[in-house]
Amino acid sequence: MAAAEHQVEHHTTTGIDSRKLLMWIFLGSECLFFGSLIATYLIFKGEIDLPPFPSETLVETAYLEEALASGEITEVHKHLCHESDEAGISVCEGIFDIPLTSQSTFVLLMSSVAMVLAVYGAQHNRPMMMKSWLLATMVLGLIFLGYQVYEFRTFGQEGLTLETSQFGASFFVLTGFHGTHVAVGVLILGSLLLASFRRRGLGSEPGFQVETAGLYWHFVDIVWIVIFTVLYLIPA
Amino acid sequence: MATAAGTIAAPTTESVVWSWITTVDHKRIGALYGVTAFIFFLIGGIEALLIRTQLAVPNGNVINAELFNQLFTMHALTMIFLAIMPLGAAFFNYMVPLMIGARDVAFPRLNALSYWIFLFGGLVLVSSFIFGGAPDTGWFAYQPISSSEFSGSGMDFYVIGLMILGISSLAAALNFAVTIINLRAPGMTMMRLPVFIWMTFIVMFLLILALPVLTVALIQMLFDRQFTTSFFLPEGGGDPILWQHLFWVFGHPEVYILILPAMGVVSEVLPTFSRKPLFGYAAIVFAGIAIGFLGWAVWSHHMFTTGLGAVQQAVFSASTMAIGIPTGIKVFNWLATMWGGSIRFTTAMYFAVAFVALFTIGGISGVMHASPPVDQQQQDTYFIVAHIHYVLVGGALFGVFSGLYYWWPKMTGRLLNETLGKWNFWLMFIGMNLAFFPMHFLGVSGMPRRIYTYDSGLGWDFWNLVATVGAFILALGVLFFIINVFKTWQKEPDAGDNPWDGPTLEWATTSPPPEHDFDVIPEVHSREPVWYMRDHNMTTPEPEPGTHIHLPPPSYYPIIIAFGVLLLGLGPLSHLAVTALGVPVIIYGIWGWTLEPTE
Repeated sequence: MAAAEHQVEHHTTTGIDSRKLLMWIFLGSECLFFGSLIATYLIFKGEIDLPPFPSETLVETAYLEEALASGEITEVHKHLCHESDEAGISVCEGIFDIPLTSQSTFVLLMSSVAMVLAVYGAQHNRPMMMKSWLLATMVLGLIFLGYQVYEFRTFGQEGLTLETSQFGASFFVLTGFHGTHVAVGVLILGSLLLASFRRRGLGSEPGFQVETAGLYWHFVDIVWIVIFTVLYLIPA
Repeated sequence: MATAAGTIAAPTTESVVWSWITTVDHKRIGALYGVTAFIFFLIGGIEALLIRTQLAVPNGNVINAELFNQLFTMHALTMIFLAIMPLGAAFFNYMVPLMIGARDVAFPRLNALSYWIFLFGGLVLVSSFIFGGAPDTGWFAYQPISSSEFSGSGMDFYVIGLMILGISSLAAALNFAVTIINLRAPGMTMMRLPVFIWMTFIVMFLLILALPVLTVALIQMLFDRQFTTSFFLPEGGGDPILWQHLFWVFGHPEVYILILPAMGVVSEVLPTFSRKPLFGYAAIVFAGIAIGFLGWAVWSHHMFTTGLGAVQQAVFSASTMAIGIPTGIKVFNWLATMWGGSIRFTTAMYFAVAFVALFTIGGISGVMHASPPVDQQQQDTYFIVAHIHYVLVGGALFGVFSGLYYWWPKMTGRLLNETLGKWNFWLMFIGMNLAFFPMHFLGVSGMPRRIYTYDSGLGWDFWNLVATVGAFILALGVLFFIINVFKTWQKEPDAGDNPWDGPTLEWATTSPPPEHDFDVIPEVHSREPVWYMRDHNMTTPEPEPGTHIHLPPPSYYPIIIAFGVLLLGLGPLSHLAVTALGVPVIIYGIWGWTLEPTE
């Protein structure tokens, strides 16, 4: 590996490292990817007329009974709703648990802070700082994924699956792909962490490696902020 | 050289086969793209001839309706994704580093990866013929006819094949966008880039931004077919029109992905053979950028008959007509380039001039169905078939052939035979017009597309026969090209470095170029650097003795990762265990890739 240790100067026209430029342009592509998934969710959002609903919704009781009789919804879904004070109108609970998801959002935000500190450590030749914050970023990412697994399970028990409605389909596909991106990020960070324990660490440019991984991590974080705002916080 | 544990040492043998499999040289990868795409092009051509044979006379019974559906679907998929796009890729792989004065692309191994993924994706798509039938609902796979209820396993091959091809195109697009931004020779400013490079650059961004939209649509379709969702299925509350929106948000930029490289080729050929610089360089570049932008605002003109509403129709109609303006700017600049030039009528020039004429015809019929009431008459008739073939055969394909004749001597050191070339051109030109011009008449007299047979007495008999004869003449023209290639192969190299007196940097090196492209990276002083050197009596600088030019070593990992991606994709078509097998292959590939020394 002797040859790999001396780095050739990467002369470029713009002075920006080509690998970093690649990552930036790739993230541009990812914007369209998540944009299309979010657009799909928004298109179907206005058409949800049976439980489970994302947030608390009023429905005519007769309509619910009819849907139950025709098999469009099951008892599980019906249990989300109860008679309101007004005759003939039922209140259906929203399926989103905003306090819970706020916690997981906070965890992911904190992981970005940890990422910044890892990049700082890598750029200022402080390998211990870099390693511990890389580990912290990974752990926070994994906690976020744990929240997501819990959320998916709970929704499943409350009767929201891929086939329940367009709400279920577009919600699970969108957040599922976001979760996959977080998981890939955890793998990237894990590889960097593992590689940093080699005798020669991350080679001659650890700051660059960690920073480029950080670009991806922050992007995935930002996408979640958009998803959290659009799906959870903006009411129906 | 020592290697990290478990990784494979970079290949050192001189075996020809392995040297091609492990190559990371942009020129060899360009050649691989070219040969592969040409074979797919022939397959797509045979599919077209079968279609035309069936339609030659009323009540034809050469092939049955099921096979006919598969053939027209696969003809479009093959020509678009496996022929025209990768033929463009062959040119930009070979030419981008040479024309911007670089030694290779920014990521040579990623480039090899793109090619191998493309090859495997293409094989997946075409292999559907032997595994239970090819896709048969049109290349646009409208819903819900493409759902698992109404279509067979062919549509699974469609979803998986296009996803794999999408990965390949995205990797290539990222690579070449970075290469053009970052690896230009000293003095090669953006506004000195050859127009072919500019058009490639715009295409890269169209790919980068359009492919993810198609990927999302394909993912949703995959979920509908395999995992019980109903994004596009009305009985489950889904929306088939959503598929059309997502598909065409990708599909219309795709049209420009196909045509812009050909416009770039023609913008190189016309000045060279007119012996004067391109007229209105900046106007052509900015028109290309304008097409790239406007291409995003016109997708719903494919959907005028879905009942979008008056305002939406008016907006998309206006934006579609507006795109005729930058296109017109280009056409007039090409004409002005030839005006007053001392023109040499080589085969490359024939194809370039024909491109301008035929593309203009296709462009004008395009503006015709930009008008919603007109479109509602023409939708799904042969008029649209005529339009698309004028743009993609008369346009994109003639551009490709122009480029083949223009750059063949650079790539092989041998000039293609001009006499056979003229036969090649005239047969293709006559065949193309005989095949596709009558389709305008057929369309206006009401012949729907995608029907496998028709009764006599509808007024369609004569022009259908003419179109079939034209298609076979067109095929004969392509045969002349193949003969030309084989004849040329046998002769001694005769081209010299710059047989056409071309102005751009690829002509400043030898034919074929050395593996490192340039002995000394040239310095650029004008938009026509080779003419500048000629006019200022400059010679190519000699390399300082003892300079070592560093080239990336060949690598096994691109094909390993591509194979992993193939396994990943084959899972949904066979057994999910295959997908599970693909994951470790990819992880192993990435691991070896990362640890492999590239110095």
